[in-house]
Amino acid sequence: MVPPDTAQAGVSEEAPGGVGAPAVPPVSGRGWRVAAFARDRAAFIAAVVLLLVAGAALLAPLLSPYDPAAADNLLRYAPPGTAGHLLGTDAQGRDMLSRLLWGGRVSLVVGVVPVALASAAGLALGLLAGTAGGWADQVTMRLLDVLFAFPMVLLAIAIAGVLRPGVWTEVVSITVVLIPYVGRLARTATLSVASMPFIEAARAAGATRTALLLRYVTPGVLPPLLVYATTLVGLMIVVGSGLSFLGLGVQPPASDWGAMVSEGRVVLRRAPHATVLPGLVIVAVSLAFSFLGDGLRDALDPRSRRR
Amino acid sequence: MPELLELRDVSKSYPARRGRGRGLRAVAGASFTLAAGETLGLLGESGCGKSTLARLALRLIEPDGGTVRVAGQDFTGASAAATRRLRRRVQIVFQDALSSLNPRMSVGVNVAEPMRLQGIGSEKERRSAALELLDLVGLRPEHADRYPHEFSGGQAQRVAIARALILRPDVIVFDEAVSALDVSIRAQILRLILDLQQRFGLAYLFISHDLGVVKRISDRIAVMYLGRIVELGAAAEIYRAPLHPYTEALLAAIPVPDPRRMRVRQLGVVEGEAASPLDAAAGCAFRARCPHRMAVCDQATPELLPVLGRHDVACFLHTAPPPPERKAA
Amino acid sequence: MDGDDIVLEVKDLVTAVTVGGEEVRLVDRVSFVLRRGRTTAIVGESGSGKTMTALSLLRLLEPPVRVAGGTVRYHGRDLLALTERQMAAVRGARIAMVFQDPLASLNPVLRIGFQIAETLRAHRSMTRAEAERRAVELLRHVGVPDAEARAMDYPHHFSGGMRQRVLIASAISCGPEVIIADEPTTALDVTVQAKILHLLDGLRQETQASLLLITHDLGVVAAMADDVAVMYAGRVVEQADVDTLFHAPRHPYTRALLACAINLEDDRHTALEPIAGAPPDPRRRPSGCPFHPRCPDAVPDCRRIDPALQAVSAQQSVACIVAQRAMADA
Repeated sequence: MVPPDTAQAGVSEEAPGGVGAPAVPPVSGRGWRVAAFARDRAAFIAAVVLLLVAGAALLAPLLSPYDPAAADNLLRYAPPGTAGHLLGTDAQGRDMLSRLLWGGRVSLVVGVVPVALASAAGLALGLLAGTAGGWADQVTMRLLDVLFAFPMVLLAIAIAGVLRPGVWTEVVSITVVLIPYVGRLARTATLSVASMPFIEAARAAGATRTALLLRYVTPGVLPPLLVYATTLVGLMIVVGSGLSFLGLGVQPPASDWGAMVSEGRVVLRRAPHATVLPGLVIVAVSLAFSFLGDGLRDALDPRSRRR
Repeated sequence: MPELLELRDVSKSYPARRGRGRGLRAVAGASFTLAAGETLGLLGESGCGKSTLARLALRLIEPDGGTVRVAGQDFTGASAAATRRLRRRVQIVFQDALSSLNPRMSVGVNVAEPMRLQGIGSEKERRSAALELLDLVGLRPEHADRYPHEFSGGQAQRVAIARALILRPDVIVFDEAVSALDVSIRAQILRLILDLQQRFGLAYLFISHDLGVVKRISDRIAVMYLGRIVELGAAAEIYRAPLHPYTEALLAAIPVPDPRRMRVRQLGVVEGEAASPLDAAAGCAFRARCPHRMAVCDQATPELLPVLGRHDVACFLHTAPPPPERKAA
Repeated sequence: MDGDDIVLEVKDLVTAVTVGGEEVRLVDRVSFVLRRGRTTAIVGESGSGKTMTALSLLRLLEPPVRVAGGTVRYHGRDLLALTERQMAAVRGARIAMVFQDPLASLNPVLRIGFQIAETLRAHRSMTRAEAERRAVELLRHVGVPDAEARAMDYPHHFSGGMRQRVLIASAISCGPEVIIADEPTTALDVTVQAKILHLLDGLRQETQASLLLITHDLGVVAAMADDVAVMYAGRVVEQADVDTLFHAPRHPYTRALLACAINLEDDRHTALEPIAGAPPDPRRRPSGCPFHPRCPDAVPDCRRIDPALQAVSAQQSVACIVAQRAMADA
């Protein structure tokens, strides 16, 4: 517990002309946000890691030493470090590095795109429900409740069943499944921000509905949403693999990280690296997104600036 | 000259929640006027409806009935554009100044925000207006780049006052604006509020539960009890010779900071506690606690009426009860 | 007043917290005594250390805040030296506390009668039935109407004033010798405050307990207190009987505080001369006297000399070198 006496440390003079110089010289506007973010080492490293991973996946056609689908029956279960195969090969003798690079293209798309789309949709719905109130709120929330009631994977299967299997079907199904989760969170955050006295103060000063929504409510709703969304990315990479496993997502021989874990599981004893490597990549990327989310939230919050 | 702010017969009820008994009558038929350069103190205990009344005056909530006029223009029925324009003339300072400031904006931006919301001036003009006002309320230019959480309660209240002033309003509503402050800081803020009024000829609606503060700052005082204004008159009059039994009880209950004049045994005690202001039938709301209760108090609700040569009061001890045929109504 | 009247004696109490390797004193060498049947008020603004003082007496501080020095003698026995178990027997039974926010100090999911009975059973060997019967008596005693039925209600069924009565009933349940009331009426309306003050004063008179009243409200002090200690920046800066304090204050801070207090005779035309500045941050207290940067009477020595609380007459002590010198010259 911080004793109440010291809670107001920093600026405590009341009188004009008192003392109380700021400990950090004020950097105005966006400048300090970037600075604050860079100072947050975990978030910074996470951002670098993610950029590298995304870059590598993007450049997979150039970086891959082999065709990810090309099986070499003579060189199965090769451990990492084998000549010519930096990360070894899997049970069918396919190059792990190439498969990880290509798989990353699918996994990142399936992890990031639905979360981004669902966040945008959820934010819009949450803002609508939270600020409009009344029947608009009721209708929106009941619709989301209906979506909620379906088990996540079941709903995704239903959607994927209607559309043709493939990566984009996966993206659509996961997006739809996520919307109620993000929407609920956005609504709760909207309600809590909307009840703050500074919203009433802005109304008294003549803020229009649009100004209230865009300038006051949204900036308060975004940070918790951002944190939540970034934690979802890792989870969705795994969910996406589940859908692929069911034959609804990416079609073999193409693969994603989750599918690689799943394939490697069968030969876990013989070739642990076939499971462990994609597993590690998923964990690292999930963690990186999580750190990134926390870092962004802190960078957006002036209160975390002077710790 | 028209009154700057005029409330006529303003009411606000909140419907009962499902299965939660009767509705809540927050404000019932409140009327008052406010002229340039004048301070009207609105005094009442918690739950009496004084904050609801403030929000009605600012049209932050819509009244069920009655009208609010700002500088002679109808505020209650105004269009969105007209409302926005009229808002420039009436501003508010809240009790919790710190959370009335946007935590994600620097103090300078917070102060300039009303100009931006009203579409007045360029970014640069707004900034210099904000700096000027921060200076006026006793803060320094470098405070403009800090964030609200770095400020103490008294400083945050100065910022909130600067923000309320930036549109050059005619009227400022203070809703318990000094109640959360320490004695010495409260004196500083009161002094600032009084100085600003003198300088700009502002009209104040000053809402508080603290009679001492209200009397210190007001020309006239309106006393509220359970949603109604029960007494309204010159501050000195109300203090010297209160007419309503509730005002009397309130005055008697205040401990005076002088042990020679008042010890705890001399503190007046009034029976019972204020019920919640339910949407009740006729009858004076104070009657259950009133030492002067009469038969008529159960039958009719006293209206706020002028007493000859004195001030306005809503009490049958001083005003004539309504003619019998109105009782049924 | 002879020494046998003294129930509790606080001497050189220091309460501190370590922030960034540095010891920050929230209560700094505070001394006072509580006497049987008398009301002592500690008055000060927020952050002056008055609540910390009360929590220190009862050893209710939350780490990392801790008592760093001094003694608290209850009938000669130092409470600070007791084991936690021994202290638990004193707390609530011999020394009871009434907090500012009664809703927060009551358990929302337990019936009122049960909660009071639990306090009783913690200190007395009583059957549950006996304790609950006693709880009803206590509620009746503190003026809760229809006590028998109300004992079966939950805290949220009570108004603020009634909740404070419940808390007082709980506090007096074991017949304490000392009642500490920390801003007991701050959250209440003035008409309710009057009743609670009547109740507290009546109980003090009836039980001859000594009442330690912590408040920022000078009106409440004037109405209730026999003795007053004024705190500023963790120190007691002046101590006197209530009449002397209000009519012959010696410390400039006391005088400033009294000047800021609102008198009902004042109106908008009365001059208002507030003291400039604000109390110092406990981490950055000024050298010498902590009040000197805001003090109208400060002399150069005030920046250098840290004034000790010294008796200037039989009933008044003050921690101000200017006042002390003036009294010595007189």
